[in-house]
Amino acid sequence: MPDTLDTHVRFGSNSGQPITRRDGRAKVTGGATFAADNSPDSVLHAVYVPATIARGRVTALDTAAAEAHPGVTHVVTPQNRPPLQGDPSDKPTMFSFRFEALQDDTVRYAGQPIALILGETLEAATEGARLLNPRYEIATPRTGLDEAAHYTFDPDAFGKPADTVHGDPEAGHAAAAHSVDVTYETAPQYHNAMETHAVVASWDGDRLSLDMPSQALSMTCAGIAYYFGIPAENVTLRSPYLGGGFGSKAIPTGPYVLAVLAARMTGRPVKMMLTRQQMFGPVGHRGQTRQRLRLGTDAEGRLTVLDHAGLSATSTFDDFIEPAANASQGLYAAGALRSTHSAVRLDVGTPGPMRAPGEASGSAALECAMDEMAETLGMDPLEFRLRNYAETEPGTGKPFSSKALRECYAQGAERFGWADRPLQPGQMRDADGLRVGWGMGTAFFPCPMFMAEANATLRADGTAMVETSAADMGQGAWTALAQIAADSLGLPLDQVEFRAGHSGLPDAGVAGGSGHTATAGSALHAAGGDVIRQLGEIAAADPDSPLHGAGNAGFTARDGRLYVAGDDSRSDAFADILARAGGAEVSGAGSASRAPEAAEAHAMNAHGAVFAEVKVDPDLCQMRVTRLVGAFAAGRIINPRLAESQLYGGMIWGLSFALHEEARHDPARGHIVNADLAGYHVPVNADVHGLDVISVHEDDPYVNALGVKGVGEIGITGTVGAIGNAIWHATGKRVRRFPIRIDDLLGD
Amino acid sequence: MKRFDFIQPATIEDALAAWEPGAVWLGGGTNIVDLMKTGAMQPDKVIDITRLPGLSEIETLPDGAIRIGSLVRNSDLADHPQIARHAPMVAEALLAGASGQLRNAATVGGNLMQRTRCAYFQDPTAACNRRAPGTGCDAAQAGDGMAILGWSEACIATNPSDFCVPLAALDAVVEVQGPEGAREIPVAAFHLLPGDTPDRETDLAPGELIIGVRLPAEATGFAANARYLKVRDRTSYAFAMTSAAAALRLEDGRIAEARLALGAVAAKPWRATEAEALLAGQAPDDALFDRAAEAALAGAAPSGGNAWKIDLARRTTARSLRMAAAGTPAEMPALPASPFGHSAEDHAHA
Repeated sequence: MPDTLDTHVRFGSNSGQPITRRDGRAKVTGGATFAADNSPDSVLHAVYVPATIARGRVTALDTAAAEAHPGVTHVVTPQNRPPLQGDPSDKPTMFSFRFEALQDDTVRYAGQPIALILGETLEAATEGARLLNPRYEIATPRTGLDEAAHYTFDPDAFGKPADTVHGDPEAGHAAAAHSVDVTYETAPQYHNAMETHAVVASWDGDRLSLDMPSQALSMTCAGIAYYFGIPAENVTLRSPYLGGGFGSKAIPTGPYVLAVLAARMTGRPVKMMLTRQQMFGPVGHRGQTRQRLRLGTDAEGRLTVLDHAGLSATSTFDDFIEPAANASQGLYAAGALRSTHSAVRLDVGTPGPMRAPGEASGSAALECAMDEMAETLGMDPLEFRLRNYAETEPGTGKPFSSKALRECYAQGAERFGWADRPLQPGQMRDADGLRVGWGMGTAFFPCPMFMAEANATLRADGTAMVETSAADMGQGAWTALAQIAADSLGLPLDQVEFRAGHSGLPDAGVAGGSGHTATAGSALHAAGGDVIRQLGEIAAADPDSPLHGAGNAGFTARDGRLYVAGDDSRSDAFADILARAGGAEVSGAGSASRAPEAAEAHAMNAHGAVFAEVKVDPDLCQMRVTRLVGAFAAGRIINPRLAESQLYGGMIWGLSFALHEEARHDPARGHIVNADLAGYHVPVNADVHGLDVISVHEDDPYVNALGVKGVGEIGITGTVGAIGNAIWHATGKRVRRFPIRIDDLLGD
Repeated sequence: MKRFDFIQPATIEDALAAWEPGAVWLGGGTNIVDLMKTGAMQPDKVIDITRLPGLSEIETLPDGAIRIGSLVRNSDLADHPQIARHAPMVAEALLAGASGQLRNAATVGGNLMQRTRCAYFQDPTAACNRRAPGTGCDAAQAGDGMAILGWSEACIATNPSDFCVPLAALDAVVEVQGPEGAREIPVAAFHLLPGDTPDRETDLAPGELIIGVRLPAEATGFAANARYLKVRDRTSYAFAMTSAAAALRLEDGRIAEARLALGAVAAKPWRATEAEALLAGQAPDDALFDRAAEAALAGAAPSGGNAWKIDLARRTTARSLRMAAAGTPAEMPALPASPFGHSAEDHAHA
């Protein structure tokens, strides 16, 4: 990425420039205020006591000991917890979960809040929590996929994926000249954003003020308001910065509600910040899966059937069923496609969306199964994928809005040197005798849009203010959305004040589904366009303007001036137009969503190809990913620097999924034994090198007016399978369970 | 966190006088503070020894031994030229441990005293005979296993130190002072196997304080053929699954003397004396090293579903001997103690 001389100098347009994060300096100098940095006067500190068993009942708590500890002000248990106005088992918004808020003494998962301690200091509350010393009646926990009955379910919009069948899978199996039937498992994973969940809540009458990281400000306000019986507009939520979200900060969970309840109960502001250990339980995770893939091809390697059956774990009290099998829809041109889902209820917290929910786990299994199919055919894995390249959406036959996957394959393979790959495994060694393997996988992610609104105001001095309640999880919304807004107004970036991260602003929707730039960006684009339209009307009607009477020709906005379309000799400065109009401001509004007919007309997805090189010690079996090349086509890239970072991050998570991340449960109590970052491994710097991202150009006139698809999640997909396939290629050993461990490779 | 007294004595005498049952010594705090936060350790009194004079030096004694003060930081020791020259595998082991930030804080004495990373030991709500005698061993019940040598029904935990493994191999000695005066304890005898009393972790008597560690002069005779090898499931910042320190003194193409210790396999760094005896006098070759590795693990038994670890420890041992025979590299590998140590593009000391 070439550096620009001055990242805030504008060359042509703002979009497309690799501008550094506008909030970067504030973050690295400590100037950025995260939720828990707020400490209002008289704040109380809240610490909840997590259950240390996964299933059973709390039989005793030493509440007197906790209450007696100096500095402890309140001990809240199911015995004395004040009522909520909304039932925690209800689902007030589309994306709501049932949660634990001290309803009763039942323990449904380890880490569940079973009591809440309030104290004048964090230390006092923490020690009060320890002194509570809970005793339990323990029931045998169910934490493995075969420890409870599997079930099927009726689908609904969120958490219960529908089965999908196109064509005749049984006929596809019967017609297959070659087939594979393989089963893959993926481990439970827990989001571990650098910033753990935090909230500072204070009440003023029936008005609630929250400092709290949120990926979906408006929905969060609506959810919290429901449980406390107040209108959503009575909740003010500030979420200027999130130290990572990854899906876990989109939806209010039990700890948040308890903190808000404590603030109402005490009449004092209450602060709660989860410990790292507390991240493993009540705030969502990626549920474990088992996926059976049955693939059949004709003699030439064309898929006659792609049959993907997923089993996903959920909790005993709610349904978030990882839609893993859906990863096999929409990608390969199989004669028949079937994706089915079943589930098992375990004594774990309810899973939830975690960066590429469904796609990540599903792609891991699918891309390995595709590799096994290519192996069976004796065919190069890339050639096999090209043989089954879908020119239209498999199953539906819909045209793609755009699809530069063929270019991704070509550019990625070229950069990686894929053409030199031996077909057979175990053929390559490096100079030190390490086994070397190459693998690849296809990356795939849909590009949804949600609903968003935005306002824009052009001020008398020709500068502008734009606003929408967007969420910056670190991905760069403060920067990329401002670039879009500045372009919509024809202004340099430094003349646009961008307001976001506050619930009082127009609703920017959810920062999720990789759709935030597309959605909030489109709303900003529309708002800016509305301002420019009004400004043009003012200028065209103004006899003193060079633009007088040119309204029919239309105007373009550039560098703070309006130009007659197609005639650069006639222009007028924004500030001059407004000055002559009496110094008024011009305000506009915009909204964005995808029209149902547009969504129906085209299949819309981002694509990519990931190539991995691994080295494996032949005796010790220690593994290392030495190169990762990802080529991605995701529509228009607003900020190449930020987009690359997103893709790097996704690919690193793919590496983490393939080789590291796994929550391990104790068989007797069911708690997670590695619930901290020393035990729950993610890659460290020394694990990540040789990362290479290629952005493949793609124009998409259908996804939205901006042509933006989104890059937040796609990097994980493809990568996990590429690494698993590379390990097979290095060792000849297929490990059908992620993460792949050293002991999986021993014993040959 | 439970309330505790905190004192910072200015002299060793004051420190020793301040000790009482329920007190702990605080060095770099990289382990003890974590355990106090989880509640696994709840001392009544924390005695900060980092201001004690005279414990931060590395010196060569008249007889050629190297004396390392107990407050020397791990990173300072690893980068010390005397250590690089005379005991390179000590430096390699140190640099394979923790992270740069932790090594900057952690002390030599604290490294010797660090507690097992058994998840059940660190969890105050779990049954653990080591932390709370007589409560049982949830780790053994869990079934995955940990140690493969020297474990007991009462405890299957392993010692996590990298540093102690080459120290044990090189016959290093721990210098201590206590209420009864000064004494010395060989590193190989410093940590205790669990038996029926896993709560007795070291040979230190109550109130004794580690003053320093001494590498005997003969340790320097192995410098040309000494390696530490650590196998783990990520490239840095992870405890060993298995490790081994191997050192050979070669004379006329034969192994005049061998030193071998294994890490992460027992509650102490495991000195493999039978394997050393087998190697002595022999010409180094791969078959010999395989036999030595067999001998080192001859007494191993899984403490759960970890039979694979015996295999891995054997492979690690044989490889470490091969690496030692190949000679100590002229420069510290970019990834110390790693099978990927040759990778040129890596940053030093990951």
